Amino acid sequence: MKVELHSIHKYFGKVHANDNITLDIPAGTIQGILGENGAGKSTLMKVLSGFIQADSGEILLDGKPVIIHSPADAIKQGVGMLHQDPLDFPPMRIIDNFILGAPGGLFPNRAAITRDFKALAQEYDFSIDPESYVDALTVGERQQLEILRLLWLGARVLILDEPTTGISASQKQKLFATLRKLAEQGKTMIFVSHKLEDVEALCHQAVVLRQGKLIGEMKKPFDPKKLVGMMFDKEVSLGARQSAKPGEVLLSMQHVSLEDVRLKLKDLSLDVHAGEVIGLSGMEGSGQGPFLRACAGLTRPVAGHVKLKGHDMTGKSYHAYKHQGVEFLPAARLEEGLVPGLSLTEHFILAEEPKGVFIDREYGGKLAAERIQSFNIKGTPLSTVESLSGGNQQRALLSLLNDPLSLVLIEHPTRGLDIESVIYIWSKLKERCKQGAAIIFISSDLEEILQYSDRVLVFFSGKVSEPLDAAQTTVEQLGQLIGGKGWPEKKAA
Amino acid sequence: MDSNTIIIGLAGVLVAAAPLLFAVIGETISERAGVTNLSMNGTILLSAMGGFAVAVSTDSILLGFLTGAGIGAAVALIVAVSSITLKQSQVAVGFVLALVTRDLSYFLGNPFMGLEGPRLPAWNIPLLADIPVLGPLLFQHDLMTYLSYLLVFLAWLWVFRTRPGLMLQGIGERPAAAFVRGANVNLLRYAYTVLGGALVGLAGPLYSLSVKAGWKGTISGLDGIGWIALSITIFGGWNPARAAFGAYLFALLQWLGLVLQPSMPGVPSQVLQVAPFPLMILTLLLVNIGDAEWVERTLAAMPEGTRRFFTKLLRAMRASPPAALGVPFESD
Ligand SMILES: Nc1ncnc2c1ncn2[C@@H]1O[C@H](COP(=O)(O)OP(=O)(O)OP(=O)(O)O)[C@@H](O)[C@H]1O
Ligand SMILES: [Mg+2]
Repeated sequence: MKVELHSIHKYFGKVHANDNITLDIPAGTIQGILGENGAGKSTLMKVLSGFIQADSGEILLDGKPVIIHSPADAIKQGVGMLHQDPLDFPPMRIIDNFILGAPGGLFPNRAAITRDFKALAQEYDFSIDPESYVDALTVGERQQLEILRLLWLGARVLILDEPTTGISASQKQKLFATLRKLAEQGKTMIFVSHKLEDVEALCHQAVVLRQGKLIGEMKKPFDPKKLVGMMFDKEVSLGARQSAKPGEVLLSMQHVSLEDVRLKLKDLSLDVHAGEVIGLSGMEGSGQGPFLRACAGLTRPVAGHVKLKGHDMTGKSYHAYKHQGVEFLPAARLEEGLVPGLSLTEHFILAEEPKGVFIDREYGGKLAAERIQSFNIKGTPLSTVESLSGGNQQRALLSLLNDPLSLVLIEHPTRGLDIESVIYIWSKLKERCKQGAAIIFISSDLEEILQYSDRVLVFFSGKVSEPLDAAQTTVEQLGQLIGGKGWPEKKAA
Repeated sequence: MDSNTIIIGLAGVLVAAAPLLFAVIGETISERAGVTNLSMNGTILLSAMGGFAVAVSTDSILLGFLTGAGIGAAVALIVAVSSITLKQSQVAVGFVLALVTRDLSYFLGNPFMGLEGPRLPAWNIPLLADIPVLGPLLFQHDLMTYLSYLLVFLAWLWVFRTRPGLMLQGIGERPAAAFVRGANVNLLRYAYTVLGGALVGLAGPLYSLSVKAGWKGTISGLDGIGWIALSITIFGGWNPARAAFGAYLFALLQWLGLVLQPSMPGVPSQVLQVAPFPLMILTLLLVNIGDAEWVERTLAAMPEGTRRFFTKLLRAMRASPPAALGVPFESD
């Protein structure tokens, strides 16, 4: 389906989130949308998917002007959107979640729909029991479930707002293959991303938004330097790898075994030194999540010991860990990390050690203004966290970290961040390391793992590799291990 | 106790539980949609009085029940307008309504105190009523008792097996996601709250025209039933079938309290009267046991297959309230 947007304007109060955007996407095209955090990409996509209404401007589908009243209306007209935070129903069964909202008679034919689901799931290599519950899935798997659902509902325009942030490299290849196939069938894909290499690999054409304006477009083959230039109005480079000089042992895991409903990790030992960055790599759900949570005392090991700075912490609560300077930053920002409805100021007040019963708003406001500046958050002290763009939510989460810290545990520290912010956030994190903290993080971005870690642990369906030296490992090697290739026959880890 | 007495007693339990079922299912539906109707206790009193008054004045049982349903729906509508449209606290509004409707029922019911009213006639279901044991147990009651069985089944079927029912779960769980999937969240919340209120309202006349026939003002013995129904709704984990189980369990325990009292002279009668409450709490704990850590550890030690089975079972038993219960929804 051909999609045309004409002179779209959208204001949020004083913020001009979309400023006169005109964009033509021929049928069968994969359109990339690039732009820094807060550029207005999600806003434009929400306008097209009926989630919000433009203040002015016109939308044409296959040449006909349409008014899209609501997301449900959009999907009826063939426009489906995958949101940055998947809009599903965590406590429900996967199959019920799949059926919910699909048109049809009073009694859905579960058997038939389950068959449909299984067929689709197989096609996209998504092995999951339709009778299990959504809250047992990772964020990435939930995104994937949404994609399947939209395809099943017959979307002819598929809007994907940063779909690759939560999925593994091999899942990404599958997804890209599907998107290409769908484009060949004449469907239109709109692909919002911060990752230039993804846009290069996938898209036929791309536009760049900055501060609400469309400031440039480019067709394949792309010139990445020029695209970055358009995005940030300056040159941005990763810089050289920095290796740490590890200090004394901070965290010591001794013969730890972990179990949850889906998998078991057996007999894991690891020493983490001050100043060190450890990257956890692997497909979503291979065990790195429970491992990280065990380092924070959020999951209790079924066997083994956890020591922090020499104290035995086995079986202690997260609060006890926190007291020792451990901080955990989860992936589901709005569900576990930030409190929707509260402003930035209120978050800073909450994160501070309480000094009394009463809230010192003036101090909180000052603190907020300070951190907003130093973390370059696009928002005001009074902005509620859900009104921030995805990338700015992540900056806010990181800016909440208090001093002094000894161990920072992060799931996907830069998921959804633009390149400039990634570099910025890591410079802030490396500062922590210089002050003697250690960092353990999960990322599905292999380049990020290799660029910023000192040692890497690879997880594959409950197995854990020996720590790899990041400087000696290539993206290819890492990719192989993640996919289960090149593991020694018998592994003691 | 011979078997006949037991059958008659159990049959009585089914009849006594019928109004509780209407109230509990009504509240379950309303809360599933995201609206707590806390006014239930007063609503039942007011609709019992109103239904009785209309039935006495018009000599029509049907009009009595319709009045009850109407009163329940009207009170629920007030809750809906103030919480959904005006975005006021459901707890505050519901609580005030619970008090107001109760006092209103005593005040307006004065002229009807102690009057002789019509009673819902028994109606044996042909053929089924003649089955030994089951007949007298299940099928020699009145129309509303039969409807109460049907209601539980239909409500369960609706919530868990139909498309609109899944959407009902959705609007109580995550309205923003339900909206994206085509729900008119606030309209549906209105509809389910008012429907739920009407069902609660049927409980009133079912007491005053059948189970505890008549209107005796403050000594009608109905005050407090609404609060019990509210706790059974929670106990039932917002599942109509489990809520029905809770209602029957409660009625059964009350009956046992009555019949066992003579055989246990040592136990003060108050103990047996109060016993249903702690027993309900105990059951609630058992149902949610999967959350406890020692259970998790025990499970972890089991062999793979057994562990999976128990994990699934416990997960299916676990009940958490609809995540958006009491949270107003705005579409952007
Ligand atoms: N509901 C809202 N209320 C107020 N301001 C909003 C709202 N949604 C977005 N904004 C503002 O509009 C601007 C554009 O936001 P948008 O989410 O479209 O950015 P984005 O390009 O998707 O960024 P990111 O890459 O971080 O996801 C931002 O300044 C943001 O703070
Ligand atoms: Mg965005």
